[in-house]
Amino acid sequence: MRRLLQVIKNFSLWDLLVGLGLTGRYFFKRKVTVQYPEEKTPMSPRFRGIHALRRYANGEERCIACKLCEAVCPALAITIEAEPREDGSRRTTLYDIDLFKCVYCGLCEEACPVDAVVLTRNHDYHFEKRGENILTKEKLLAIGDKYEAQIAADRAEDAEYR
Amino acid sequence: MLSDIEIEIDGKPLKAKPNSMVIQVADEAGIYIPRFCYHKELSVAANCRMCLVEMEKSPKAVPACATPVMPGMKIFTRSPKALAAQKAVMEFLLINHPLDCPICDQGGECELQDLSMGYGSANSYFTFGKRSVEDQDIGPLIETEMTRCIQCTRCVRFGDEVAGLRELGATGRGEHMEIGTYVTHAIKSEVSGNIIDLCPVGALTSKPFRFTARAWELNQFPSIAPHDCLGTNINVHTRRGVVMRVVPRENFALNGTWIADRERYSYLGLYHPDRVTKPLIRVNGHWHTTDWQTALEFAVKGLQDVISAEGADQLGALASPNSTTEEFFLLQKIWRQLGSSNIDHRLRQVDFSDQDSFGLYPKLEGSVADLENCSTILLVGSNIQKEQPLAALRVRKAALKGANVVAVNMMDYRFNFKVSDKKIAAPHDFVFSLAGIAKALSPKLAELADVSVSEQDRSIAERLRTGEKTVILLGALALNHPEAAMIRWLAQMIATASKGTLVILTEGGNAAGAWLAGAIPHRTAAGDRVQQGLDARAMLEQTRQAYLLLNVDPELDCANATAAMDALTAAKFVVSLSVFKTEALERVADVILPVTPFTETAGTFVNVTGQWQSFRGVASAHEESRPAWKVLRVMGNLFHLQGFDYEAADEVLQELKLAMQHSSLVVKEGVGSLVKKNGNGLSRIGEIPIYAGDGLVRRAEALQKTQAIIDGELAAVRVNAQTATELGLSAGNMARVKQNGSEVKLPVVIDERVPLQAVFIAGGIMATKELSELFGRIEVLPA
Repeated sequence: MRRLLQVIKNFSLWDLLVGLGLTGRYFFKRKVTVQYPEEKTPMSPRFRGIHALRRYANGEERCIACKLCEAVCPALAITIEAEPREDGSRRTTLYDIDLFKCVYCGLCEEACPVDAVVLTRNHDYHFEKRGENILTKEKLLAIGDKYEAQIAADRAEDAEYR
Repeated sequence: MLSDIEIEIDGKPLKAKPNSMVIQVADEAGIYIPRFCYHKELSVAANCRMCLVEMEKSPKAVPACATPVMPGMKIFTRSPKALAAQKAVMEFLLINHPLDCPICDQGGECELQDLSMGYGSANSYFTFGKRSVEDQDIGPLIETEMTRCIQCTRCVRFGDEVAGLRELGATGRGEHMEIGTYVTHAIKSEVSGNIIDLCPVGALTSKPFRFTARAWELNQFPSIAPHDCLGTNINVHTRRGVVMRVVPRENFALNGTWIADRERYSYLGLYHPDRVTKPLIRVNGHWHTTDWQTALEFAVKGLQDVISAEGADQLGALASPNSTTEEFFLLQKIWRQLGSSNIDHRLRQVDFSDQDSFGLYPKLEGSVADLENCSTILLVGSNIQKEQPLAALRVRKAALKGANVVAVNMMDYRFNFKVSDKKIAAPHDFVFSLAGIAKALSPKLAELADVSVSEQDRSIAERLRTGEKTVILLGALALNHPEAAMIRWLAQMIATASKGTLVILTEGGNAAGAWLAGAIPHRTAAGDRVQQGLDARAMLEQTRQAYLLLNVDPELDCANATAAMDALTAAKFVVSLSVFKTEALERVADVILPVTPFTETAGTFVNVTGQWQSFRGVASAHEESRPAWKVLRVMGNLFHLQGFDYEAADEVLQELKLAMQHSSLVVKEGVGSLVKKNGNGLSRIGEIPIYAGDGLVRRAEALQKTQAIIDGELAAVRVNAQTATELGLSAGNMARVKQNGSEVKLPVVIDERVPLQAVFIAGGIMATKELSELFGRIEVLPA
């Protein structure tokens, strides 16, 4: 009897139909796949992606070279050198973040007294040559300039929890 | 002596000296009481109120720094009442203090920041505007940010009590009180940098160090400053192997808690573009950079060629008095094994006729701190305040305690202490002037037969004779004088007759080490006799065929720059071990080997009190430069000499110490000669200004700027008004200065400190390098 049933199942492609049934169920279900990079998943305003250095609205860089981020960095990824700028203000002459060392913990952002160094939402970036892993001050400021609107909106959204 | 008083602090029974303050007793017992205005080396001001503590039976909290101990006193430093008082004080201090810690250089080493962690409140009720104060520019060394000031007045008290130059003061009262110079001017004290360390907040910070590093990034290493014969103890702060700043290291027998600005800021010259980075050799008149092996072989071959052609007697070695003892020892060891005793470190001296009457080395018995307890101090040819600023602070303390300070000088220096009597004479009259005092003390000396004794000589002699503890300090002006031997002999006669001690304050950081190690022509290591070689002056006058220069800039470090340059130009081969290259060195040398300054080598300085102070290299060697002792050791190996297998600087020192155990030092009695009055005329006072002494300070930019502020333009002829009229000179105009065939043009400055028949023309600076003798006869004509 069991053997007969098996033969019928084999010839009627029953298992295939069961499998296709599953496929069919999902075929008509609501889709969750995101067409990356055209489409993106929603992101928290607290997302910790690539770093940026911000400016004030008047174009003045925020960083005052207090070196608290360098001191707090658990991976020793930040290197800063500072000296008085011509107008006598305290500014960095070198601000490097080594992305190979960085663990994206966000402590630098928390330590910053002037909200200068921030971690942005941008997480899809790549390097092609050794050495590009070092984000220099110019690169960081450029990232900041590019994403300023988003950065500012994220900080504003998260402000009440800080 | 009153007996100790028993008191109790925080339940701990303690013994206290009568008249001491509660905070002193607590400090000794290791009980910390917060404070801002109290400093153990300054007077008690009790104006910050941070040290309020509870005292039994007192209704109010009392300031621990201004409360003398009393028998049976019970103090509570951590009781609720004491803590409440301290927190209240802190709240008031923070009302007007800006919240700019992130950009403040003091951040991380700030007393206010530290204490606000313990006593500060997390929130503020203060909603009004904060006080702000305008800054003053007080010179190239100290940066001000007076809004941060909490009016502790430590800096004011330091200027008043220690430096002896009241430059900072408080104006206004209460909230309007401001610290400043009142009329904006640069601070002129040569120990001004100490107010940076004293300032508990970031109101006064170091200008050259501004914003360059954070306290937590720095590594601290102990070291010894190389600029004067005291061997000031310093801490060097480095970051990633680079020296970032220098701060004092406490040593109560020596520098106390202070250091001079020269020691604090000389590090600025360390990485000057003049630094030699790679070995250089000159082939066919052109300079080439090369590797160490080639350069060393080139140097050794050049010297060997001269030895085989002309004999070892044709070698001469000149070493900077700032070299380490190890360097001196190895240099003289090479030289003596090669068969030459022509080695010297006394570059600016010209009279060596009494060198056999020196002891093992010029020595001050006791400690530098003991100078404070002298009752009479005779300064002979010494601008002590500029030469040894920290010794001058001790002299000042002695003067404040009532000691008589008598100055016999070539310039009427305005010291930071009270001078009871002074005798100022032009260089050519100086010996005669000093002899007057010697004769007043011991009239029978045959050598002084022609000397007349004035009323002033008698009164000075009386002061010296009656003094309980008399010290005679011989400074650089006396040592570099053409009749230095006579000055030393007279000073010794004065010392003997007044039962005082004679102290020779040598130039450079390690002259004592040079004497001990044998970097002198007439004695080898530990003072043993050798076949006498040529001294620094003779070596240059009787031109040798080969020279080795150890950190010497022939134009600025030698007594006679023209003679030095002539001799070096005429020589066949010149090896220079140098930290910096100069245009002069490039002209005369054949090899320049880059050696390291004191921060990058291990070594030992012996100071004037005979303390051997060893130090380690604190920073990594700059590019290809190497410690000079290692360079000399390899040179010894390349010469195939015996006993150059050292692996550490310590081994060199041990060998010297071993030699010290069986020293056969012979000291001859000094002899004087008949003192006669030299004819009239004009002579030069060739003082080396405070920031021109060695290559390092000459390259510290901030110090050079300060120099111009302290002393005015250095490249000038200074004469008093009467001499100027006689010579037809007027202020601001140029004068032609002639000496031994060379001539320079310099502006005239009227300076009443200069005596008659003398002109002050500084040495050690580029503008006057054409002139030959520091203290010789000179001719000045209107241009």
